[in-house]
Amino acid sequence: MNESLPALRLANITKRFGKLVANDDISLELGTGEVLALLGENGAGKSTLVSILFGHYVADEGHIEVFGQPLVPGNPKAALAAGVGMVHQHFALADNLSVLDNVLLGTEPLWLPFSRRRAARARLLHTAARFGLGVDPDARVAALSVGERQRVEILKALYRGAHILILDEPTAVLTPQESESLFATLATLVAEGLSVIFISHKLDEVLRVSARVAVLRGGRLVSVRNTEDTTKTELAELMVGRSVTLPTREPRPHGDMVLNLSGVHAAQGGKTLLDDLSLVVRAGEIVGIAGVSGNGQQALADLLCGTLAADSGEVSVSGQAMRANPRDWIARRVARIPEDRHAVGVVGDLPVWENAASERLHLPAFSCAGIVRGKAARAFTRTLVEQFDVRLSGIDVPARVLSGGNMQKLILGRALSVAGDDVTPTLIVANQPTWGLDIGAVAYVHRCLLDAAAAGAAVLVISEDLDELFAIADRIAVMFKGRLGPALPTEGCSRAAVGLAMAGSAASDTKGASQHAA
Amino acid sequence: MRLESRSEYSPRAMLFAPIVAVLVTLGVCALLVAWAGAPVGQTYALLFDGAFGSRFALAETLTRATPLILTGLAAAVAFRARLFNIGAEGQLYLGALAAVAVGGMHGGSTFDLPLPLLSALMIAAGAAAGALWLLGPAWMKLKLGVDEVVTTLLLNFVALLLVSMMLDGPMKDPLAMGWPQSVALDPELEFSRLIERSRVHTGLLMACGLAILVWLIERFTTFGFALRAVGANHRAAAFAGLPVGRTVLLCALLSGALAGLAGVGEVAGRTSYVTTDMSPGYGYAGIVIAMLAGLHPLGVLLAALFVAAVQVGADSMSRVVGVPNFIADVIVATALLTMLVATLLTRYRLRWGRT
Amino acid sequence: MMDFLANLFDMLGSASFWVATLRVATPLILGTLGVLICERAGVLNLGIEGIMVAGAFTGWLAVFNGADLWTGVLVAGLVGGVFGLLHAALTVWLTVSQHVAGLGVTLLATSLSAFAYRVSFPQVSTPPTVTAFAPLEGLAGLPLIGPVLAGQTSLTLLAIALVPTVAYLLYRTPMGLALRMVGENPAAAEGQGVDVIAVRTGAVIAGSILMGLAGAFLTLSAFNAFFFNMINGRGWICVALVVFASWRPGKALLGAVLFAAFDAAQLRLQQAGGALPYQIYLMLPYLLSILALIVMARRAAYPQALMKPYRKGER
Repeated sequence: MNESLPALRLANITKRFGKLVANDDISLELGTGEVLALLGENGAGKSTLVSILFGHYVADEGHIEVFGQPLVPGNPKAALAAGVGMVHQHFALADNLSVLDNVLLGTEPLWLPFSRRRAARARLLHTAARFGLGVDPDARVAALSVGERQRVEILKALYRGAHILILDEPTAVLTPQESESLFATLATLVAEGLSVIFISHKLDEVLRVSARVAVLRGGRLVSVRNTEDTTKTELAELMVGRSVTLPTREPRPHGDMVLNLSGVHAAQGGKTLLDDLSLVVRAGEIVGIAGVSGNGQQALADLLCGTLAADSGEVSVSGQAMRANPRDWIARRVARIPEDRHAVGVVGDLPVWENAASERLHLPAFSCAGIVRGKAARAFTRTLVEQFDVRLSGIDVPARVLSGGNMQKLILGRALSVAGDDVTPTLIVANQPTWGLDIGAVAYVHRCLLDAAAAGAAVLVISEDLDELFAIADRIAVMFKGRLGPALPTEGCSRAAVGLAMAGSAASDTKGASQHAA
Repeated sequence: MRLESRSEYSPRAMLFAPIVAVLVTLGVCALLVAWAGAPVGQTYALLFDGAFGSRFALAETLTRATPLILTGLAAAVAFRARLFNIGAEGQLYLGALAAVAVGGMHGGSTFDLPLPLLSALMIAAGAAAGALWLLGPAWMKLKLGVDEVVTTLLLNFVALLLVSMMLDGPMKDPLAMGWPQSVALDPELEFSRLIERSRVHTGLLMACGLAILVWLIERFTTFGFALRAVGANHRAAAFAGLPVGRTVLLCALLSGALAGLAGVGEVAGRTSYVTTDMSPGYGYAGIVIAMLAGLHPLGVLLAALFVAAVQVGADSMSRVVGVPNFIADVIVATALLTMLVATLLTRYRLRWGRT
Repeated sequence: MMDFLANLFDMLGSASFWVATLRVATPLILGTLGVLICERAGVLNLGIEGIMVAGAFTGWLAVFNGADLWTGVLVAGLVGGVFGLLHAALTVWLTVSQHVAGLGVTLLATSLSAFAYRVSFPQVSTPPTVTAFAPLEGLAGLPLIGPVLAGQTSLTLLAIALVPTVAYLLYRTPMGLALRMVGENPAAAEGQGVDVIAVRTGAVIAGSILMGLAGAFLTLSAFNAFFFNMINGRGWICVALVVFASWRPGKALLGAVLFAAFDAAQLRLQQAGGALPYQIYLMLPYLLSILALIVMARRAAYPQALMKPYRKGER
């Protein structure tokens, strides 16, 4: 290995979007056979930097060299040809095509009158064997597990002979155990002479896999540390830039049973979504639902937001059986925070005030005989905007122009304020409430949930972020393949045990215990 | 070339879009006029003159605008909920047919009703026929996920054949001597003239009134809010507890009824009987009108006037210079495409070169 | 009942029935393949109805002005391609609504054809005619299918030959893979160095060329003149047939022939003077198309990115 020539050199990269400087004069080197971690919060400029490297964006200033050769900017093809491979957080795979199709795309000249599929297949199997990444080339991607899909993504890059691999938040969708297996793969890759950029905001895994850590904050490179010379605390401070103390839970007395699920089944299109689910959430407590994405959390959230009907079993709030109708849930003062702010949370093209009042527009407070009382709805919105500190230029602008954090505050406000008076919600259902938010907004959301619980609300938080659950939840239950494990007190939970349950090994054994815990 | 989302919010741009679109359209179509061998300036002048130049011209334009306002509203209200009703043409014919079935078939005995009641019944029947014709595609879209564009388009052909069948059969005019037309409407039921010695009828008032009513519904009612929310983001609308399915079906009924009323207006205000060529594509022109209006119900009034003027003006112009009156259809089609682009540019900025 | 079955077998056994069926099927095969190519790349092309009109008109006009028949076909294809380019510019480059842009292209192509026809022939009462493609009578000697093929023209054979060709291109070439990928996951395709905009543009143009040919078949083979309403919803039927065919070329052929057989059968029934008004028979094709959509609705595996505009750098 040639130690003197870096695999990758970024020199003075600057990228602006309007007034925002997404990358500010960033210079960075990646050594051959090295794992470099790129650490930073959401919005720190990691994605922009990688997009520039991969040719999705062109930098306003600066240049990039790969193995000493300048890289043509703004051209994914050039990056691929130079040996840069990318594994996206949201896999860039076509579900309806085979693994081989997905790998083969773009590796042959487009105008070739035939495809050399047999040779390609042999080469794919060879590459897979060399790096220990077994997959079936003929399987449809839709039939693969998340871990297998990630392997296909890595194989796609390796098949093209990538020397530099960029992994964007690769563990976000994996169980702790699957993550371990990914780390082992990374070790193999590095041993074979590849260089890896590992993008993450999780401190533990950064410390675990990388040789060096580059910390980005507000678009600037604040520090590059050798991993062995740094600590978690130091990295956290570098990443956040100020000491933000995230609120944590305090022991509270729990009140009456609010949410009661027992033996709930739900299926859609012949596919079981929820399988014999039982759970109790009491007033004043926060229950966290952990799990790898796609194990039924969305269905559980839909059930508790009134958009999915249970086929059998009992669903009740404060003793009242609930129907699958969002208005019933809203009427029972259930505050619902959806996972996808843009697609489900707001109607982006409609003004902020209509979005704020949308859940209750049919109630007498906001309409009379089908006619909207615009004045009342606007007044309600103004109060909400002030109370929840939503920053905007006016309540008549379309909701889509709000930033992620402000949009989430608007949704929080809509869910938590009940028509002006300060009635606490009976139940809060929050699905990934802090996804994609910066740490200030995360703290705000956590504060809101904790305050609501202290005021007597029952809170259910669904999250893929274990740190979040361990910080605020009183009890944690794990979802796996539509089944829900027992909700155990956070004090008694270890990350290892939760991780195992997320991979499915413990969920079935403890099924009997769930009734007990309830 | 690439598109960059505009972060600032500019309601004013929406006002300029149609003006720019129409100017570009007239510029492009000037090339065709020149190709047909006519002087461009004179042709456009004649066209304008034919539409607005005299009392008669203006009256003809207003007469033509009447069904166009209604089909334009039908498209605008449906598109607002992202229900792509391309079937206004068929709904118009069925509306006309139903109006005659109620108002022309009784022969003085079957429906022994007082005149105002019969008149109301005739109008209601036309609206209901159009509404029901769209209910099927809307239901199939909701329950089966069948694309409503294709179904409403195909049903236009079925509707026209149905009309043709009725004109050959039970609704055949015995006095027409083999000419395919329906029995005539009871003369008592015909809409009265709005302007003397012209063909402008009270249907125009009905159309304008409905435009205002639709605007009020969209702007100030909970149904209107649901309509807009479902169209802009149906998942978010469902999450907020809005009745998505009911809203789409109600919207379909409203849209189909408006198109059906266009048929009623044509029969009661102009032709007094149904023929298979009574609409020169009013239903399709309605889509263009809705787009030109930016789906705004009051904008539909202006856009319909524009399209009517182009059509009436082109007829009159083509009699003087050798430019076929099909130029009107070309202008309308081009206006649709330029308006689409202009609307897009109010939300995105074109950037040339690299990212 | 026995009578009916006997009649049915008589009909299915007669060469003339299958001659008629293939004749009806040809424009549907070409049009359906055209729509299929566009949709596989993720673009709905409702311009088809108008593009068929334009292809029918321009192909015929070229031949009327002295070009030979194949040049006429070429002209129809080129004109189809130009309208395809317009549709691509609107929907792929500018990302406007594919539904509305397609309707706009249909309205434009239809009205331009009518306009150009009137400019070219200001005063004709009966439509002028050309000498159309002759049936391939040399094929009459072939066993079994000889009599059926002998009633067809070269354009029908071309349409049938295009089915395996399109299938091969889609499933066995790098370009076909790229085309399917941009219709499934354009961002992934871009990430692997495929120019999504270029591939989609090419697919829409290629599909529109086939639509132009479908139109030309009507004026240069099925008939020998151009009428204003000659397409009469055939384009929309093709859009429905693609759903019925689950976006597969082989099934598209099957669907088009099946559909045409029904159409040919209803024509016979109509000529035989059934008890029902003739309009009922004429409605059948449209109602059948809707039925096909309903039957396939639940099972349809749409290309995942169909009707989803792709804007670079937007997630």
